[in-house]
Amino acid sequence: MSILVVTEQRGGAWNRMSFETLAAAQQFEKPVHAAVIGTGIETLAQELAGYQLEAVHAVSHPLLEHYTADGYSLALRQLIEKVSPELVLFPHTYQVRDFAPKLATSLNRVLVSDVVARHGDVFVRQLFQGKINADIRFTGEPPFFASLQAGAWRADQTVAGSAPVVPFTPELKPEQIRVKPLDIFREAERAVDLGAAEIIVSVGRGIKEADNLPVVQKLAEVLGAEMAASRPICDNGWMPMERQVGSSGQTVAPKMYIAVGISGAIQHLVGMKGSRTIVAINRDPEAPIFEVADYGIVGDLFEVVPALIEEIRKVK
Amino acid sequence: MMKIVVVIKQVPARDSFLRVDPGGAWIQESDLNYEINEPDAYALEAGLQLKEKSGGEVVVVSTGPARVASTIREALAKGADRAIHIEQEDVAGAGPLATARVIASALETEKPDLILTGLQSDDFGYGQTGVILAELMGLPHATIIMNVEVNGASLRLKRELENGYFQHVEMPLPALLTMQSGSNKLRYATLMGIKKAKTKEVRTIAGVQPEGAGTSIRIERVYMPGSSKQSQIFDGPPREAAAKLVEKLKFEARVL
Ligand SMILES: Cc1cc2nc3c(=O)[nH]c(=O)nc-3n(C[C@H](O)[C@H](O)[C@H](O)COP(=O)(O)OP(=O)(O)OC[C@H]3O[C@@H](n4cnc5c(N)ncnc54)[C@H](O)[C@@H]3O)c2cc1C
Ligand SMILES: Nc1ncnc2c1ncn2[C@@H]1O[C@H](COP(=O)(O)O)[C@@H](O)[C@H]1O
Repeated sequence: MSILVVTEQRGGAWNRMSFETLAAAQQFEKPVHAAVIGTGIETLAQELAGYQLEAVHAVSHPLLEHYTADGYSLALRQLIEKVSPELVLFPHTYQVRDFAPKLATSLNRVLVSDVVARHGDVFVRQLFQGKINADIRFTGEPPFFASLQAGAWRADQTVAGSAPVVPFTPELKPEQIRVKPLDIFREAERAVDLGAAEIIVSVGRGIKEADNLPVVQKLAEVLGAEMAASRPICDNGWMPMERQVGSSGQTVAPKMYIAVGISGAIQHLVGMKGSRTIVAINRDPEAPIFEVADYGIVGDLFEVVPALIEEIRKVK
Repeated sequence: MMKIVVVIKQVPARDSFLRVDPGGAWIQESDLNYEINEPDAYALEAGLQLKEKSGGEVVVVSTGPARVASTIREALAKGADRAIHIEQEDVAGAGPLATARVIASALETEKPDLILTGLQSDDFGYGQTGVILAELMGLPHATIIMNVEVNGASLRLKRELENGYFQHVEMPLPALLTMQSGSNKLRYATLMGIKKAKTKEVRTIAGVQPEGAGTSIRIERVYMPGSSKQSQIFDGPPREAAAKLVEKLKFEARVL
């Protein structure tokens, strides 16, 4: 089965998830083609040419300077027609979420999104925010489309080699690009650097109300830890945005990360999976957070956290 | 004056205890409570606010079995003007392309200026239905939207990117947007709203799968995921569990 890996770059810098997808494809089957899209991508294409690949397709056109769903879908559709791969693989990034379903639909196919594993012909993806797994099989005719979850394959397992760079210029007209991308910005400078914290105590929706936050703040105090939170807590304004951990917040890797009343949705996990010791407190024994935890307590946080504070005081 | 369609899905309540069918075909649905998919509630809120600013109509559309009617009523009670219920069993196996096809055909005669969906469903989590719907209807789209501004016949949007970044984009109407959670405060239905909802139009139509829809993937089996780590999980009385945990943290993980 021939595979086409669609990599992602912005302004000449890689999205590192591209290499996870490349590594996965190399483990799946041969031959593997890779595509890089944009303008001024010669250096990036040369870098890809240093991997064990059939070919590197450098997809370039002035209208592809800035990402748009219209431009990328049209360009990739033409590349797919030329290369005719059986499987097209993407990293499951925000950008891929924006255009890959459109591309697949234009070819009357369904993308299997956010894949975590592959066994033979079966692709595994998660349902119910990580609580249930599903085995999915492609039916009908190729090309098949799949996007791979962050961290599901390891970027350091790519195999070096050498491949030719093949330039590809798609046919695009300005009037086909309907969305106009403007400035990329950050809302505010980050005052706290959670990256430097040794211990982080992180709180989720299990806390129920802002008034209950002191329960968890006390735990952070006895540990000398920084406070962090899942997204809904920051959305509600209970904690500042800059303390949000996850795909749209900060990525942290402290010595210890204590998740209190956090379910463990993938968008949260990608921001803290790299922590050395992960502790979870949750009343649901099936909560996905326990899948990445080294230690955990199943129970009501309003009972468990005060007990924990007391026990920590004894040994400190 | 804008005609705004909001596409809402009913999903099992967030804290549901899920069990897989003995056959592994799907989860057991009989004992579940249902609620509106969280991002869809924000899509509805955005739609209602746009209508309040510039006038027009908000139409909600949902696909699913008879139970979906309660979520539709709630949307009407919050201020949507009317609803289309595409009645369909077994949406589980249909896949996002099939679902989007059914919705697209129901919207053929509506000709909305703006379609809002959630960015992702809490149950299947495809993160695709909105984008597919836009492609089927020939509309431009933008995803993970935090803020919508209408300027005449065009939109100025704030999109969320990874790692705390955002991007502004502009696009012409008609268009489809997939909305992110958390950007607004959600309203509650008032007593008056609940009363009014009873008189609002809900058009129920049969969800007929268009020819050849969604045949390119199949869910073969569902199951509980295993743990990727050797976790040590304690339960029982909180005090004992806490004592065990602290001992491990001090002498095994050496983080205290
Ligand atoms: C594009 C996108 C980007 C996102 N970015 C982020 C991000 O950066 N960061 C992030 O965190 N999320 C992000 N999310 C949201 C993510 O998908 C989840 O919705 C979110 O992480 C859930 O937060 P939570 O775990 O606090 O809440 P829930 O999922 O509601 O979990 C609450 C947990 O608390 C437990 N609980 C309840 N009561 C108690 C009690 N008394 N004692 C103990 N436990 C209790 C429950 O069992 C449950 O497991 C993103 C989503 C999308 C689609
Ligand atoms: N059965 C459905 N009925 C109505 N809307 C749906 C349905 N399935 C998906 N959607 C919409 O599409 C969005 C994304 O869903 P999904 O592609 O399943 O992640 C949801 O937030 C809803 O707005």
